[in-house]
Amino acid sequence: MNDVLDVALRLVVVFVCFLVLPLVVGQTEHKVMAHMQGRLGPMYAGGFHGWAQLVADGVKFAQKEDVVPKDADRRVFQLAPAVALLPYLLVLLAIPIGPGEGAVGQVVDAGIFFVLAVMGVGILGSLMAGWASANKFSLLGALRTAAQLLAYELPMLLAAASVAMAAGTVSLPGILNGFHWWWVPWQIVGALVFFVAGLAELQRPPFDMPIADSEIIFGAYTEYTGLRFALFLLAEYAGIVVLCGLTTVLFLGGWHGPFGADGLGWVWTLLKTAVLAFVVIWLRVSYPRLREDQLQKLAWTTLVPLALAQIALTGIVKVAIN
Amino acid sequence: MPIPGSGLAKGLAVTLRTMTRKNVTAQYPDVQPELPPRTRGVIGLFEENCTVCMLCARECPDWCIYIDSHKETVPPAAPGGRERSRNVLDRFAIDFSLCMYCGICIEVCPFDALFWSPEFEYAETDIHELTHERDKLREWMWTVPEPPALDPRAEEPKEIAAARKAAEKAAAAQAAATEDQQ
Repeated sequence: MNDVLDVALRLVVVFVCFLVLPLVVGQTEHKVMAHMQGRLGPMYAGGFHGWAQLVADGVKFAQKEDVVPKDADRRVFQLAPAVALLPYLLVLLAIPIGPGEGAVGQVVDAGIFFVLAVMGVGILGSLMAGWASANKFSLLGALRTAAQLLAYELPMLLAAASVAMAAGTVSLPGILNGFHWWWVPWQIVGALVFFVAGLAELQRPPFDMPIADSEIIFGAYTEYTGLRFALFLLAEYAGIVVLCGLTTVLFLGGWHGPFGADGLGWVWTLLKTAVLAFVVIWLRVSYPRLREDQLQKLAWTTLVPLALAQIALTGIVKVAIN
Repeated sequence: MPIPGSGLAKGLAVTLRTMTRKNVTAQYPDVQPELPPRTRGVIGLFEENCTVCMLCARECPDWCIYIDSHKETVPPAAPGGRERSRNVLDRFAIDFSLCMYCGICIEVCPFDALFWSPEFEYAETDIHELTHERDKLREWMWTVPEPPALDPRAEEPKEIAAARKAAEKAAAAQAAATEDQQ
């Protein structure tokens, strides 16, 4: 009975995090982006500096009609948002935010494998949406998404492999248990590659060619309305939370910090994740969209060689230490 | 040769700097804007000065001023004199859905019956209500601000210059007359 309660409690906590954190990131994006562009952003919803803007947006989305185009593949079309969103929930389960059994939804031994594999499934949602919509813009977007996934999954995996080599384990808490501060400069190139590749997989600007709203009208999401569209948006922000959390855990030492080691580790994890989420927003505001060929070029000629170099460096240092 | 990536860093610096600056957005419905002097918001009518000369209606480039009047006769001022006729204003309306705020009517009015007011919040849901009749135009008159002060060392206003000239002339004539007596 106690086990059931424990599992239920963990699931509830992870689920609440899954619903709240993306909204916090979304609201931060509203405000940070506005101020970076010399605007104020939302100011009215909720009274104080528009804190309830995303709640209001959610209510609006829920009221809208849920349209399925006549020629669309109905079942696949309706299923796609769930396929895009749920993988991030599963990944969130496996990310440890503090030391010990209590601060992770579920300890997975092959953590890195699980996390990267499940994150790849999320892209499938976009592909399904693009194909099922029976719309040329959607199809273009979906195929660009697929091309982007193929190009960026490799550097991401290689960068993660470098950390796994350094720690000698593929378990996420295991990696953090072996962490020393000098791992940060040691793995910094891998961290950059991982973060950039992750951004590209989330199709965040400047890597948003697949959903380019001014060119192919939101790509795979062109035909979506109401709540299903909101789910795709939520998936994007959940993706930011997951990517920043993973980068924190793999490369920035998760719960390790200069002080407050006992009991306050989760604060460090959340803090680092928040800073990374800010960087994600910052990049979106600062850079223009990369062209499709530039996207491919960046992945194959820059990120992949850098990731391979990082692996070589990790191997050499590892052998030298032993 | 610039350091590779310095352009990227510059881009990030620009956005970060903008974020830390206080921005200049005025929260309009909550905060009223500070309008410059001589703002052209709406036109007020000072009816008592109007002689129904129709100059404003005729000069208006988009024909948005409506004036109706009739003639009345006034009894002669002195006994045995001729009756005088005078125009009485029946309707004076400006259609602000047509008005292009050029201000020609105000410039052209020889008797100072039209004035600019800085009030601008008179949006309506029905376009017909943008035709302001004389009572509304009179209400606007009370919102007309004092004319802004002249710039330092500006030329003095024509009225004052003319009055001063007349006064000086009179003083000179008087001085000449007293000199003659002596």
